[in-house]
Amino acid sequence: MFTSLMGWVDARFPATKMWEDHLSKYYAPKNFNFWYFFGSLAMLVLVLQIVTGIFLTMNYKPDAALAFASVEYIMRDVEWGWLIRYLHSTGASAFFVVIYLHMFRGLIYGSYKQPRELVWLFGMFLYMALMAEAFLGYLLPWGQMSFWGAQVIISLFGALPVVGEELALWIRGDFVVADATLNRFFAFHVIAVPLVILGLVVAHIIALHEVGSNNPDGVEIKNKKDSNGIPLDGIPFHPYYSVKDIVGVVVFMFIFALILFYMPELDGWFLEKDNFIPADPLKTPEHIVPLWYFTPFYAILRAVPDKLMGVMAMGGAQALLFLLPWLDRSPVKSIRYRGPYFRTALTLFIISFLVLGFLGTQPATSLYTNLARVFSVIYFAFFILMPFYTKFDKDKTVPERVTMK
Amino acid sequence: MKTLIFALFLGFVSTTSGLAMAASGGIHLDEVEIDLSDKASLQRGAKTFMNYCLSCHQASYMRYNRMAKDIGLTDDQVIENLMFASEKIGDTMTVAMRSEDAKKWFGVTPPDLSVISRARGTAWLNTYLRSFYVDDEKTMGTNNTVFKDVGMPHVLWQQQGYLSHDEESGHLSHVTEGDLSNYDYNVMVADLVNFLAYIGEPSKIQRLALAKWVLLYLFILFLVVYPMKKAFWRDIH
Repeated sequence: MFTSLMGWVDARFPATKMWEDHLSKYYAPKNFNFWYFFGSLAMLVLVLQIVTGIFLTMNYKPDAALAFASVEYIMRDVEWGWLIRYLHSTGASAFFVVIYLHMFRGLIYGSYKQPRELVWLFGMFLYMALMAEAFLGYLLPWGQMSFWGAQVIISLFGALPVVGEELALWIRGDFVVADATLNRFFAFHVIAVPLVILGLVVAHIIALHEVGSNNPDGVEIKNKKDSNGIPLDGIPFHPYYSVKDIVGVVVFMFIFALILFYMPELDGWFLEKDNFIPADPLKTPEHIVPLWYFTPFYAILRAVPDKLMGVMAMGGAQALLFLLPWLDRSPVKSIRYRGPYFRTALTLFIISFLVLGFLGTQPATSLYTNLARVFSVIYFAFFILMPFYTKFDKDKTVPERVTMK
Repeated sequence: MKTLIFALFLGFVSTTSGLAMAASGGIHLDEVEIDLSDKASLQRGAKTFMNYCLSCHQASYMRYNRMAKDIGLTDDQVIENLMFASEKIGDTMTVAMRSEDAKKWFGVTPPDLSVISRARGTAWLNTYLRSFYVDDEKTMGTNNTVFKDVGMPHVLWQQQGYLSHDEESGHLSHVTEGDLSNYDYNVMVADLVNFLAYIGEPSKIQRLALAKWVLLYLFILFLVVYPMKKAFWRDIH
């Protein structure tokens, strides 16, 4: 009965084929480690954000006079509103935690390298879209930091020559961030950018499944197949990785719940104090600081004395990530078999990213600004020097088959 | 790899605490214990709040009946003893003073106190309410060490008395005695801050009550899914 029903469907829609291509007969390397949880976790958080977002829009008011109060209304008078709101606010930060770890995985195992350049590019566009989504959403609670954060970031467009000021005005729809800005940010946050993100996720996964997953050894499992054409080191994604990812999901949710239930503000890192003060265009907060996931780029922006150059440096810091597949000249993918140059460079890069992230949260004193300059140089050097140090690196021999360490 | 993750975690924790230090702006703030299960403290805090705060300030997101339920009072008790500014038990805590008038009298509209504990922090509030001192140059005759040139007068002067501020040492000392001893005044402020913390996030009571059940559920779920993973992976080497 079920078989014939499926046959009826399959003759009209490739349901079984899709199930097999992407799950039950998608052969993933058997040696995935800890770092391979974060792709599926990113999907989980995406779904969480969409579902909680839908429920939030049922009570949120995208109106400068009502927005702040409507968030407090959700926190107090809406049944389970506080939980939905905290799921969404904690989820936003969790999304970046997961995505940064996911990207770090790509860096250490060379997952951006040939033949996965498009997987990486779609991923980078996703990262950009995610930053846009977070920035847009951050305005919606209409607190002081929402308002002034948006004011500062939009004014960056004003630094562009000739069209700058007009462009900033066009984005805001008013001379300062105001009701018009809030209304359009709402539109972009709840529908425009999420559509882009969903489309890119599909492209990211289709590209990945076309070329197959990389693994901690950076060995192409498709090079060694059995007589049926199945990679010797491959195992079907379902059930092996579906049951494994469920474990990751449960552990992730445990940590997520710990933060959500016991410290939803995470001491100002996930919800800033100043955002509990309604937006006031006449009162600038002492320190205007973006949330933690933007601070590395914010530190780079502030490190450059000239505003336009700063904006370009910030844009460049992100643009260089896109070029990674072509900057890396090493034949080796995984850090396990890379030589000392790359290992050193990557370590310095990660340190500079974290330090810049910290500096971006701090007031720009002269010491901190100078530190930010030093670490910005390291950040850029990682990319600009990459073609050289990867080419001349003393890489080790990559094994023929994957290992299970 | 595990050491790396641990190092990252340590780095995260230390920067977090550094940020917390920076947030106080250099002035020492006295911490206060927040306990939303201490109904007596919340009730005392509510009484102070209704009598002294809720004539200039509002708490326009907080409803009387929600408060009644959460701090262990009946609706009638609240109507008789605590509701001076509103008519209906389902109302939010608003006041009749117009914001233009307030601006004229205090130079600034007194802020809504619904989420003040989340904006300022409880230690700040606890210190602020005990740090008014006599300053003849100010319209209200008082100033504050935590909030310089604040528009708010020393509302609780009857309880605390007036203090003077020694510029050099930064110490505050009594000029006139209040009705309460230092200890009793500190308790009064602690209760008020506890109440302000409560109205800042009334759902925190539910949040904390639910927390352990969610964690317990996830822990039990882990005990199921981890062996399941092990069983499926038995043959993969």
